Amino acid sequence: MAIEKMSIAKALNESLRKALEQDPKVLIMGEDVGKLGGVFRITDGLQKDFGEERVIDTPLAESGIVGTAIGLALRGYRPVVEIQFDGFVFPAYDQIVTQLAKMHARALGKIKLPVVVRIPYGGAIGAVEHHSESPETLFAHVAGLKVVSPSNASDAYWMLQQAILSDDPVIFFEPKRRYWDKGEVDTEAIPGELHKSRVVREGSDLTLAAYGPMVKVCLEAAAAAAEEGKSVEVLDLRSMSPVDFDGIQASVERTRRLVVVHEAPVFLGVGSEIAARITERCFYHLEAPVLRVGGFHAPYPPARLEDEYLPGLDRVLDAVDRSLAY
Amino acid sequence: MTVESTAARKPRRSSGTKRAAGAANAAKPAAATAQTQDAEPQLVQLLTPQGDRVDNAENAEFASFVADITTEDLRGLYRDMVMTRRFDGEATALQRQGELGLWASLLGQEAAQIGSGRALNDADYVFPTYREHGVAWCRGVDPTNLLGMFRGVNHGGWDPNLNNFHLYTIVIGSQTLHATGYAMGVAKDGADAAVIAYFGDGASSQGDVMEAFNFSAVYNSPVVFFCQNNQWAISEPTERQMRVPLYQRAQGFGFPGVRVDGNDVLACLAVTRWALDRARRGEGPTLVEAFTYRMGAHTTSDDPTKYRRDEERAAWESKDPIQRLKAHLLATGGADEAFFEELEAESEAMGKRVREAVRAMPDPDTMAIFENVYADGHALVDEERAQFAAYLASFEGGE
Ligand SMILES: Cc1ncc(C[n+]2csc(CCOP(=O)(O)OP(=O)(O)O)c2C)c(N)n1
Repeated sequence: MAIEKMSIAKALNESLRKALEQDPKVLIMGEDVGKLGGVFRITDGLQKDFGEERVIDTPLAESGIVGTAIGLALRGYRPVVEIQFDGFVFPAYDQIVTQLAKMHARALGKIKLPVVVRIPYGGAIGAVEHHSESPETLFAHVAGLKVVSPSNASDAYWMLQQAILSDDPVIFFEPKRRYWDKGEVDTEAIPGELHKSRVVREGSDLTLAAYGPMVKVCLEAAAAAAEEGKSVEVLDLRSMSPVDFDGIQASVERTRRLVVVHEAPVFLGVGSEIAARITERCFYHLEAPVLRVGGFHAPYPPARLEDEYLPGLDRVLDAVDRSLAY
Repeated sequence: MTVESTAARKPRRSSGTKRAAGAANAAKPAAATAQTQDAEPQLVQLLTPQGDRVDNAENAEFASFVADITTEDLRGLYRDMVMTRRFDGEATALQRQGELGLWASLLGQEAAQIGSGRALNDADYVFPTYREHGVAWCRGVDPTNLLGMFRGVNHGGWDPNLNNFHLYTIVIGSQTLHATGYAMGVAKDGADAAVIAYFGDGASSQGDVMEAFNFSAVYNSPVVFFCQNNQWAISEPTERQMRVPLYQRAQGFGFPGVRVDGNDVLACLAVTRWALDRARRGEGPTLVEAFTYRMGAHTTSDDPTKYRRDEERAAWESKDPIQRLKAHLLATGGADEAFFEELEAESEAMGKRVREAVRAMPDPDTMAIFENVYADGHALVDEERAQFAAYLASFEGGE
C-alpha cells in the first residue's frame, strides 16, 4: 500500500505523470499546459520531465486542439487534452459531437478514439463569465461519449487513468472548486469501475445522489440532517454517461426516497433523466417523487450572485425536508 | 481590385527588401527589442522610442493621416494615455484589495488603444475583448462601468449602443465575427461608418478569426481588425500561435495588413485612420497589427515569472508609450511642467473617484438571476423565479 494525502489537483497531476510514464503514446495537449503547468497547475512540471513532444502547448484554438487530438488518436496516440475552462469548450464542441463521438460507430468499430477531454467545470470560485459553467448534460446527451467527474482525490487519481486507458472518448469534468481539497490516495489500490456509483455515506431515510462538486455539499447536508435525526445516504454517481442506474436503484430500494443534486440547470439535466428512470424502476418503492436540486434556467450569474444560484446546504436540506414530508 | 489599391500596396511594399530580417524578429519577440526595432522596416513608426519624429518616404502616406494633429491634440493623446494607465493601475490595486475578483491590465498597451480609439468617429462601432479599457475611455464609457464585471456584479454593465462600444468579450475571437456581421449591416445600410474589432495575438489562432477574415473579404465589409500583438497569450509566446508575421496573414485572405509600432500613439492613430478611411470608402477590411508588449501579468490571476524573463520586460520598458510622447512634448516645447502637474492631479482625482465608486457598488439583487433571460419572457423562468422567491421567503420567515 502506498497511501498519500494530496489535493485533487495534485492527484490529477500524479495521475497524468503515471500515464505518461506507463505509455509512450499518451500525450498532453492544451493551452498553457507546458511551462506554466496549466492555469490550475494540473500539468505542473510535466513538460519539464517529459519534454515538449509529450506535453504540448497548442495554439489558442479549441477546435484545433480536439480536431488534431482526433487525428493523433487515429494514428495510435492517446491524447489527453485540457480545455482551460468549461465555457471555452464550445469552439471544440463541433469536433467533439460531430466527429469524436461518432467515428467509432461510423467505422463499424474498426477504429478507436481514446481521447480524454479534461474540463475544469463548475462555479463557486468567484470568476468572471464563462469560467463557472456546468455543461455536462450537453455531452452526456451525445451517444459515443463517456462523461465522468471525480469528487475526491482518490477518484481524481484513478478515474483519470481509467479514462486514459479507455478506448472510448471520455469527457473528464474536474470540479474546479474542489481542486485544493485534500484526501487520501492509495496509488497501488485496485480501483473500482469507472462508471460505478459509490455510497459515500450510508443512511436509511433518503438517498442524496450527486457527483463532482456537489458530493461534498451533500455529505454536509447528510451530517446536518443526522443532527435532526434523519438518516441520509449519499451516493457519489461519479459517471454521468453511463449512469449507474443499478446503484441508484439499490440505494433507493433501501431508502425509498431520492433527491438528485447538481450545479447544472435542473431543466433537462442529468437529474431529470435519473428521476425518470428511477420512477420507472422503483415506482412501488418510492414514498415521494424524485426531487431535483440544481441550477436555474438562467445564465450562470455574476460572481456576487453565485452563492444564491448554486445549491448549498440549505437548498439541499430543503429538498430533503420536502421529500420526507410526503 | 480593391485589394490592390495603392493604399493597400503601400504598407506591404514598405516592408520590402528587409522583410526576411523582420520576419525573423517577429518569430522571436524577445529579440525584437529596442536594439532591433529601429531597423525593423515593416513597423510603421512616427515617433521613435526617444520621442523624435520619424519622417521618411515609407511612412509618408500614413503620416499624411496625422498631418492635422496639433500640439494640443498631442497633449490630448498624452492625457488619454496617462488617465488610462492611472485607471488601470487603480483597478489592479482594487483587485489586490479584494474589491475586484479579477483584472486584465492594459499596462504597456496604452498607445495602441488610444491611438486606434481616437481614430474613430462617433458613428463607428467597436467590438472589444476584455482588455480594451483605453478604447472604452476614448468612447466616453465611464471607467467605473468597466469594473462591474470584474467585481462580479454583472456580465457587462453598459449599454453598447450608447457609445457604440460593444460589451467585452471573454471567449477568444468571437467578437471578430460579430464585428464583421455588424460591418456587413453597415454596408447594406450605406452608412458612413466603419467597425473595428480588437483581438490578441493568441486569438488569431482561433477559427472564428479566420472566418471573420474570410467573410469580411468576401463581402468587402467595412471592418478593421486591430490585433494588439502583446507577444504573449498567457504563457504562450507568439511562436506558439504563428509562423508568419501576423499582419501578413491578411494577404492570404485578400486584404492588406500593416504592422504598426504599437507603442507609438501617433503611428497607431495614423494607421487606424488610414484603415478606417479605406473601410468607409468601401475598400473593405484591413488587418492592423499593433506590435506592442504586455508589461504586466496576463490577469491578476497569472504568474508571468513561470514563463517570462525579467530582461524582456526591461527591454520593452525603454519603449514605453507614455514616456515616448512625453519626451516628444518636452523636446518640442509642446507641454510644460505645469501641464504634467495638472494632469497628475486630474488622474489622482479620477483614481479617487473610481475607488469610491467601486466600493459603493451594490451587489445585485438576488432575483436579478432571473431578469433579462428572455426578451419576451418564458414560463419556465417565471416558474423557477416564483419557486425560488417562495423558498427565500420561507427561509427568512422561518428563522
Ligand atoms: C475560447 C477561449 N479559450 C481560452 C480562453 C482563456 N484565455 C483567456 S485570455 C487567453 C490568452 C489570450 O491571449 P491573446 O489573444 O494574445 O490576448 P491577450 O490576453 O494577450 O491580450 C486565454 C487562453 C478564452 N478566454 N477563450
